[in-house]
Amino acid sequence: MATGTAATISEPSFLEYKSGFRSWFYTTDHKRIGILYLVSISIFFIIAGSIAIVMRAELFTPESNIVSPHTYNVLFTLHGSLMVFFFIVPGISASLGNFLIPLMIGARDVAFPKLNLGSYWLYLIGAAILLFALLEPADTGWTFYTPYSAKTNTNVILLTLGIFVLGFSSILTGLNFIVTIHKMRAPGMTWHRLPLFIWALYSTAILQLLATPVVGITLLLLIAERTLGIGFFDPDKGGDPVLFQNFFWFYSHPAVYIMIIPAMGVISEILPVFSRKPIFGYKAIAYSSVAIAIISFFVWAHHLFVAGISETAAIIFSFLTFLVAVPTAIKVFNWLATLYKGSIQFHSAMLYALSFLFLFTVGGLTGLHVGALAADIHLHDTYFVVAHMHYVMIGGTVMGFFGALHFWYPKWFGKMLDDTLGKIAWFFVFIGFNVTFFPQFFLGVQGMPRRYATYLPEFESLMKLSTIGSWILAIGMIIMAYNLIKSLYSGEKAPDNPYNSLSLEWQTSSPPILENFKEIPVVTDWSYGYGKKG
Amino acid sequence: MSENHDEHITPYKTYVIIWLILMALTVITVYVAREIDLGSINLFVAMIIASIKATIVALFFMHLKYEDSITWVFALYPLFLLSLLIGLTSIDVFNRIVP
Repeated sequence: MATGTAATISEPSFLEYKSGFRSWFYTTDHKRIGILYLVSISIFFIIAGSIAIVMRAELFTPESNIVSPHTYNVLFTLHGSLMVFFFIVPGISASLGNFLIPLMIGARDVAFPKLNLGSYWLYLIGAAILLFALLEPADTGWTFYTPYSAKTNTNVILLTLGIFVLGFSSILTGLNFIVTIHKMRAPGMTWHRLPLFIWALYSTAILQLLATPVVGITLLLLIAERTLGIGFFDPDKGGDPVLFQNFFWFYSHPAVYIMIIPAMGVISEILPVFSRKPIFGYKAIAYSSVAIAIISFFVWAHHLFVAGISETAAIIFSFLTFLVAVPTAIKVFNWLATLYKGSIQFHSAMLYALSFLFLFTVGGLTGLHVGALAADIHLHDTYFVVAHMHYVMIGGTVMGFFGALHFWYPKWFGKMLDDTLGKIAWFFVFIGFNVTFFPQFFLGVQGMPRRYATYLPEFESLMKLSTIGSWILAIGMIIMAYNLIKSLYSGEKAPDNPYNSLSLEWQTSSPPILENFKEIPVVTDWSYGYGKKG
Repeated sequence: MSENHDEHITPYKTYVIIWLILMALTVITVYVAREIDLGSINLFVAMIIASIKATIVALFFMHLKYEDSITWVFALYPLFLLSLLIGLTSIDVFNRIVP
């Protein structure tokens, strides 16, 4: 599909050409920045995941006996804020996107390499502010709803300020990716030859660029209300508390798609390689990413159905919410059609991709339950929402992220992962995830509200089951982490293209050289032409 | 794939004229706010003048006038989103049943 790519390259790889702290901290190489993001988000993932284990341990019994109710409030605030803003939002986009976009479009780097490094530094500054915020952590939940967030004595300002700074990192990364994809594509890499992962990241970048400023301004308004006493959200001062929710979700619902669309891109790359079939419905998948990016701006108030918004608005938003299911379903049907009659290989990356199909579908369909007005009145703020959200975020995004880790690991580090160990870890992760979160659908329907440290005895058996699931999930994660670290040192040397993939990143060395390609490749075909005779 | 489009060089004279227009509009804004009492229309007048100023800045100082269509799409789409935010929120605010 491409000419001009050298089969064997003798230059040192991007990992070897320079060493030392400064070579990483001041690097403008997109691959190194991608790895810096990967390490940073992994640290936050481990912290936020550990907090979740403590929360589930607290919920093992109906009484509050491990942490106090206030500490529990702080824990779920930290868990949500860290997972959303420090792990999932920058997750696939900033780490994998940085590493892969130039490689997949045949460029030497992103359009603005120094801005790229600046984005990472902003991420670090946001993280540093967060560390200070931990001295007196907020207890508002990751949504920072007013009026409570305007009045609580905990440190809402620092936490929101950290997220505000982080927002700039996200905006600048989005800007960089958009310009890169428009301007830096290799000769012959037309829009309809672009890998679907690139289409997904392009759609994500639009969301990052256009939606993130809204949450930044909203958090600034909250800070202004707390520090200067200006009445934006406090009714006593002429403000409107529901306005905060409108502003917050105007960003945060599109942000759900900032989190999930890159994972959809990952799935579109893994499935054809391990089915040895061309992707089914290329244009439908590509354009549905853009459609999701557009429609996601129309649905935000479905988070406000029970917040006192008007019936007219609620009916309109419920209808609009159902619209976003259409491009999402288009993707799922096309992925299934890609698998049909394929020569499927159950590589560990493929197992995560298949898990995504199953779990994300559960997450998506249960989203329709809470998007329906009447059902939402019963289900709102219950464990049903917690389960739905985690099926989308872990079942969708994190499964996609894990799939990507296993798929592109040889390209990043030049080492093969232990696939057997990868499959064992997947088994624990898949079982553990479902045992943790599936019971929560039942808990929610039975009326168990979210964000409580204690509960009625009637919920105990399902709560216990959910906690046991979290332990199985943790075991899976530990095995995976062991595999990822062990393979760095003792993994078999990876060939340049271990899966016989057709996309550009596999046509250069593993790991790639500093400027990716010896010569800029000339693209002559799309990258999904698997299974052709001859 | 990289495209080389010709850089448009705006003469200083244009910048000075635009600056003078912006100054004049600022004076009008202050004058209308202080000297002419238009009641509730005051706010709209101020917003319209501000919008004109923002448009001029985007067109000339930010070179939007000389940019290609994709830049226009990215410049106008946020305005669409802003209208969406205000419009759909208004559907809620104006239809609330206040006890």
